[in-house]
Amino acid sequence: MKKELIELKVNGRMRELAVAPSKVLLEVLREDLQLTGSKRGCDDSSCGACTVLVDGTPMLSCTLLAASCQEQEITTVEGISEHGSLAAIQKAYGDRGGAQCGYCTPGFIITVKHLLSVNPNPSDEEIREALSGNLCRCTGYSQMYEAIKAAIEAEQRGLAAL
Amino acid sequence: MAEFTIIGKPIAMVDAAGKTTGAGKYTDDLSLPGMLIGKILHSPCPHARIKRIDTRRAKALDGVVAVVTGADAPKTYGILPVGHDETALAVDKVRYVGDNVACVTAVDEATAENALELIDVEYEVLPAYFDPEESMKAETDLIHEGKPHNIEKDYHHVFGDPEKAFREADYVAEGRFIANEVTHAAMEPHSTLASFELDPHTGNLGRLTVWSSTQVPYYLQHKLSLVLEMPMSQIRVIKPLVGGGFGGKSEVIPLEIIAAVAARAARAPVKVTYTREEVFWAHRGRPRTIVDLKTAVKNDGRITAVKARVVQDGGAYCSYGVVTILYSGALLGALYDIPNIQYDGYRVLTNKPACGAMRGHGTVNVRFAFESQLDEISAKLGIDPAEIRRRNLLKPPCITINGLRVQSYGLPESIEQVVERSGWKQRKGKLSKGRGLGLGCSHYVSGAANSIIRSDMPHSTVNIKIDRDGGVVVYTGASEIGQGSDTMTAQIAAEVLGCSLARVKVVAADTDLTPIDIGSYSSRVTFMAGNATLRAAEQVREQIASAAARKMNCAIEDLVFGDDKVARQGLAGGSGTGEAPVPTQPGATASGRVEGQILRGSLQQKRTEEGPKDRMSFEEAVVAAIDFHGALTGTGSYAPPAEARGGKHKGAGVGPSPAYSYSAQVAEVSVDEDTGEVTVHKVWAAHDCGRALNPVAVEGQIIGSVWMGLGQALQEEMVWKDGMLMNPGLLEYRSPSAVESPKIEPIIIESIDPEGPFGAKECSEGSLAATIPAIANAIYDAVGIRLHESPFTPERVLAALRAKKNAKAINMTQGVDPLAPTRFREHGGSLCFRGKGPERHRLDPARRETAGEAGGDD
Ligand code: FES
Ligand code: FES
Repeated sequence: MKKELIELKVNGRMRELAVAPSKVLLEVLREDLQLTGSKRGCDDSSCGACTVLVDGTPMLSCTLLAASCQEQEITTVEGISEHGSLAAIQKAYGDRGGAQCGYCTPGFIITVKHLLSVNPNPSDEEIREALSGNLCRCTGYSQMYEAIKAAIEAEQRGLAAL
Repeated sequence: MAEFTIIGKPIAMVDAAGKTTGAGKYTDDLSLPGMLIGKILHSPCPHARIKRIDTRRAKALDGVVAVVTGADAPKTYGILPVGHDETALAVDKVRYVGDNVACVTAVDEATAENALELIDVEYEVLPAYFDPEESMKAETDLIHEGKPHNIEKDYHHVFGDPEKAFREADYVAEGRFIANEVTHAAMEPHSTLASFELDPHTGNLGRLTVWSSTQVPYYLQHKLSLVLEMPMSQIRVIKPLVGGGFGGKSEVIPLEIIAAVAARAARAPVKVTYTREEVFWAHRGRPRTIVDLKTAVKNDGRITAVKARVVQDGGAYCSYGVVTILYSGALLGALYDIPNIQYDGYRVLTNKPACGAMRGHGTVNVRFAFESQLDEISAKLGIDPAEIRRRNLLKPPCITINGLRVQSYGLPESIEQVVERSGWKQRKGKLSKGRGLGLGCSHYVSGAANSIIRSDMPHSTVNIKIDRDGGVVVYTGASEIGQGSDTMTAQIAAEVLGCSLARVKVVAADTDLTPIDIGSYSSRVTFMAGNATLRAAEQVREQIASAAARKMNCAIEDLVFGDDKVARQGLAGGSGTGEAPVPTQPGATASGRVEGQILRGSLQQKRTEEGPKDRMSFEEAVVAAIDFHGALTGTGSYAPPAEARGGKHKGAGVGPSPAYSYSAQVAEVSVDEDTGEVTVHKVWAAHDCGRALNPVAVEGQIIGSVWMGLGQALQEEMVWKDGMLMNPGLLEYRSPSAVESPKIEPIIIESIDPEGPFGAKECSEGSLAATIPAIANAIYDAVGIRLHESPFTPERVLAALRAKKNAKAINMTQGVDPLAPTRFREHGGSLCFRGKGPERHRLDPARRETAGEAGGDD
């Protein structure tokens, strides 16, 4: 199959890539850009481990053709750390046991990041709903909720300090 | 109570940042220059002889480098020495839909997949066995030669005099319980990268390095050496981050061997990563288990005897099967005081993917039966379920009738805690209609006291090296799989050495670098690798202490380690114990080296100028110790004590453990009598982990176990149709999502085990088994039905509710159609989807009703 030249803005940097039209975004990120933070956990868009932000919206990169993302802005988990240090949500996931094996974590971090950007103070119910598209097999999700609440608090404290 | 600075504190895992930023590498994240991708051809037949394989067309495809088949590596292997019945790729026969037939290596995945289509295999289809009780009657077309009636192994144990106890019982409960098959479904699909080096002396293929998603690097190294016929010393296994195991990576999974065989043939690095569907076929999960259980009690609720007959549907290969069937019997003991036990266990072969070890290995399904039956008994005798359990407690320290040694025993306190926190006394039986509370208990080993390969070798060894920079490097073979193994190791080392956690670097699970540890399974790591770390760290501390004592002119006993310092005890109070101080000899270094000849830090120079003092920084003390001893290393190992290794009967090796964890849980559920849907509102889970070394991690493990038990109790089930898995995807398998997951309140009970590191025991598996019966018993409390088959799906609940209303028993195993079309894919996955199968022998029972082509019709 003839490759196409596409441009993607990944984690703030413009990247020019030659990709087969059939290649999905996840493969391009992992193989062509060596951004292996996004994971593949299933064959059929059921796990959410591959979640990335495309123009600010969480999408399953395993089901998205890379060529269809021409000039769009992609944020992967690698783009979440702020100025080279852990974002509040990343720190909180570590502190509260939100990540055990960590394989699902990149997908959750992206999902939560999006949740908090559209709803800075979600209720328990809203958090559950938001997370329900991502599967985790280790944590039973409980400690993730604590992590999310801790991150919200940390953010608020951070804002108050400004 | 001793005060600790790092032990018992909630801390983030030492590898957490790599996981939350995406920087951490799992096997599939790795690549090597020139790496090829391997894809496996799977059998579409449940049982067939391979008459011919022709790989020529596949080999001719552009981009294909090599195609390997069973003939390329025909040596048998298996995780158990008694179960060497697998080959890397099928030789002569395939035994389940999904069995491994050939592997293509190509420049990319798409090419490899295309090449799979070009491999011609001619099968002679054989009759297949899908039901264990049917399979046990087989006379011909056995799945493995030398296993008559397709029985992998059976055990028959009698302890005490159960017959007499049954005769003299006041009441005997009897029933059949069935727990359907479940699988680990770890989020990371298995992946292996294998690469050979060229030997500089011979010019041929030399050492092999394998990166793999494994819980057991050393077993993998051993099996690779068997199959590839290479010495173990020429094989290096490295475990990168592992995305969850739960037992599914605790043995050698076919792709791990296949990748190496393919790399050898292709003469290039090869990576094989399973698709999710392949993970389901690789399986090694918890077998469908049929438990016929009989319990004898006295009127006061005292259990006098238990008789269990257990049949496990083991699938096509032995895997851990012999151990699983033994655990099912052995762990009837060590939870309650049961004076008479009879156990008959059958591990049966069928033409389905092999079952193996899964979280709570062997105990879970029997515990479901036992705790459910105990609840029936308590209702019958009119004794509160918590009270009946109290009346049957062990009195440790003791040795059970089947030879298990119990020392620390936090079960009574666990029961008290969940009873209290759930408001059991006030609320049980008084909740609104359709809502109820149920209690269940369980236990688990803190590592098997006997390793798979019976020997006296230590189960764990840990080395510690400290250099002049004051950095502590701990080398452990223990496998971090998300449970916190590396963090536990770092914590113990830091606590013993009195240094900060940041100073400790853990190098783990690399067979070239780290000493032997038999792996992360049977919840052994904290107890065994933890004890080995403790001993290694103590050895290093002694060396540091002897040097520091000299420098500080005091006795070793006067030193305290902490806060990155070594100081004299009771500094304010003067000169310590009053023993004669070790004299220092100014001018002469203890190591006998000439001053200034070796590189030394500026701190050290400063110290020599100052002379003896009351405290030293950790670096100073380390430098002193290196000067004194020449090098600062320590090693520690752990082997379970002889007293903990169990009895002498056949099969006595499985079950004994140096310590057992205990768990009690109360579940609160409601049942919708119209839809049959069960909702779990909350689970209170108390777990005796000896000591919680890291409470966040312990709570995470308790919650995770309970949650996984909840999945098995309510919704997870592998559904089979003629040996074809009907739900090989995460949505269809129905691993619970966030909205389906209830509140779980973990309660840590610390019984401080006399032999555990700082008193710690297991915390990652034991809780799972209590959840299923706690939910079953809560359903009884809610609507008065006893569910004898898991999972408790709406269909089964409705069937039982109907039976209750008509007062007519329904055989629930027949009353339910597991293929309810709304829930499962109908095509059974890619093999069927591609129109390739499954093929059936014409005498197959599955074909008899439908004379036409079976399967493959979509
Ligand atoms: S990899 Fe599972 S949803 Fe994308
Ligand atoms: S932490 Fe392992 S899958 Fe979520």
